Amino acid sequence: MGEFRPRIVVFACNWCSYAGADLAGVSRMQYPPTTRVIRVMCSGRVTPGFILESFRQGADGVLVTGCHPGDCHYISGNEKALATVERTKRLLHLLGLETDRLRLEWISAAEGARFARVMTQFTEQVRALGPSPLTEHATRSTQYATRDTPHHR
Amino acid sequence: MAFEEILRQTRSLLCLDCGKCTGTCPVTRVDPTYSPRATIERVLAGRPEELINNDHLWACLTCRLCTTRCPSGVDYPAFVVAARVQARGTGVEGTYAHNAVMQELMGLMTLPVKQNRTGWVSGQMRTAAQGEDFYFVGCLPYFDVIFADLGVVSTEVARNTVRLLNRLGITPVVSDDERCCGSDLLLNGDEVGFRRLAELNVRTIAESGAKRVIFSCPECYNAFRNDYPRVIGPLPFEVVHLTELLAEHVGELGLGGLEETVTYHDPCRLGRYQGIYEEPRALIQAIPGLELVEMRKNRAQGLCCGTTGWVNCGQCAKGIQITRLRQAQATGATRMITACPKCRIHFTCALNDVGEEIPIEVEDLTGLLARSMEE
Repeated sequence: MGEFRPRIVVFACNWCSYAGADLAGVSRMQYPPTTRVIRVMCSGRVTPGFILESFRQGADGVLVTGCHPGDCHYISGNEKALATVERTKRLLHLLGLETDRLRLEWISAAEGARFARVMTQFTEQVRALGPSPLTEHATRSTQYATRDTPHHR
Repeated sequence: MAFEEILRQTRSLLCLDCGKCTGTCPVTRVDPTYSPRATIERVLAGRPEELINNDHLWACLTCRLCTTRCPSGVDYPAFVVAARVQARGTGVEGTYAHNAVMQELMGLMTLPVKQNRTGWVSGQMRTAAQGEDFYFVGCLPYFDVIFADLGVVSTEVARNTVRLLNRLGITPVVSDDERCCGSDLLLNGDEVGFRRLAELNVRTIAESGAKRVIFSCPECYNAFRNDYPRVIGPLPFEVVHLTELLAEHVGELGLGGLEETVTYHDPCRLGRYQGIYEEPRALIQAIPGLELVEMRKNRAQGLCCGTTGWVNCGQCAKGIQITRLRQAQATGATRMITACPKCRIHFTCALNDVGEEIPIEVEDLTGLLARSMEE
C-alpha cells in the first residue's frame, strides 16, 4: 500500500506550458512522478468534457496549463481556458467533487522551474484531499481494467 | 438483440415501403438525403452494417411523428434506439454536442458520487427529505452551468414547480442523490449506463418513502413511465407529470389575470409519447385574460424542437427550430410556452442566433403559471 500517490492529468499547451515541462525535464529538475501530461495545441482546446472524462477514468486531480495572459499563440485561447475551468469547477461542485482537484496555471516556455514547483504544490494539494471517490470505485470495477498501476495505493 | 429480433419487435417487418415516414420526417425536410423508409429497407435487405456505419443512424430525433402516420404501426424511434445499442456494442458512437459534456456527466452519475444538486432550493419553499411525494428535478442544475451563455436559467423551472406544488399543499421530497434519468444515455445506445441510473434512482426514491413521483421534465417522465419498467421491472411508486397533477387541481392554484397572447409547443415526449395534449392547454386557458392561439402544426402533428440525446445538433437542428419558431410567430403570439426544459434551451439557442428577426419569447409553462399566481 504505502503512501497515497495521486494520479494527476496535466493538459499542457503546445507553445508555452509543454515547452516549460520539457525545460524542467532537460534541466533535470525534480518533481513528483504523479503526472500524466497530455499535449494540446492550445489550452483553449480543453473542454469541460476533457476534464470530466479524466475524473471519470480515475484521475485524482486535473491541472490545465497554458500561456500567460496576453501571450497566447492563438491570441485568446487561454481566456477560453479560464472560462472553461471556472465552469467545470461549478460542475464538479454539483457532482460533489472538491473543486480544488482542478487547477489552472499559466506557465511559459521559459518557466521550467515554475512547472516543477507547480507540480510539487498541486501534488501536495491533491494528496491532502485524498483519493478521488470515483478512483476508489474505478479500481474495483472492470470497466476501467486498462488503467495502469493500481498497486500505488 | 439481433437485427431480426429488432425488426420483429418494432414491427419494421410490416413496412409497406410507402414512404409516409420520409414525407413527414422533420429531418428529411432539412436534409433530403435522410429517409426513415430507406433506413429500414437497408436492414430488411440484410445490410445492417450500412446503417451502423452511417451518420444517419444518429440523425433521427425519435420525435415519433413518422409513427403517428405509419399505416403499419412501425415504431421507427424504437428501431433506431435498438440499432444504436447495437452500434455502440461495435464501438460506434454519434458525434456528441457540447463536446460530450452531457455524456460525461451522465457517465459520472453512474459512479458513487455524492452530489450537491439541491442548491436551487430557497428559504420560502417547503421541501422535505422524506415524504409521500418525490419531485424528480432532472438535470436542471447542470443545465444552469452548461447553458449559462444562452441566458436560460433552467432551475427556475424547479423553483416554480415547488411553488406550484406548495400552493396545492404538497411538500415534495427533493434529493441530492437523484441521478440523471438516463433517457439520453439510452438514446445514445448505452443501455448498461441507463440500467445503472435507473436502479440508482429507483433506490433513492424508494428510500425516501415516496408513493408518487412528480416530474417537470417530459423526458424524465417518459423514461420512468416507458423505459424503466421495460428495463428493470415494475416501479414501486406512481409516476405523474406536473401538468397532469396541476390540471386536476387548477382551481386551487389561485391564478391571476395576464393580458397576453401565447401559443403552446407540444414536447414530443409529453405529446406523442404520453398523449398529454390537453392538460397543459387547460392550465394555460385557466389564466384569466390570457389568449391561447394554436400553431398550424399542433398536438400530434407538432414539430420537434430539433435535438435529442445531445447527439444530433447542427444545421439540421437549427433549420427545424427556425421552422417551428416561424410557425409560432405566424400565430401573432408574443410567447411560445413549452412544458419541456430542453425544448426551451434549444429554442432559446436558435432565437439567440436569429436575433430580432423572430420577435417571440420562449417560456416554460411553470414560469407562466408562477407569474399568473403572483398576480
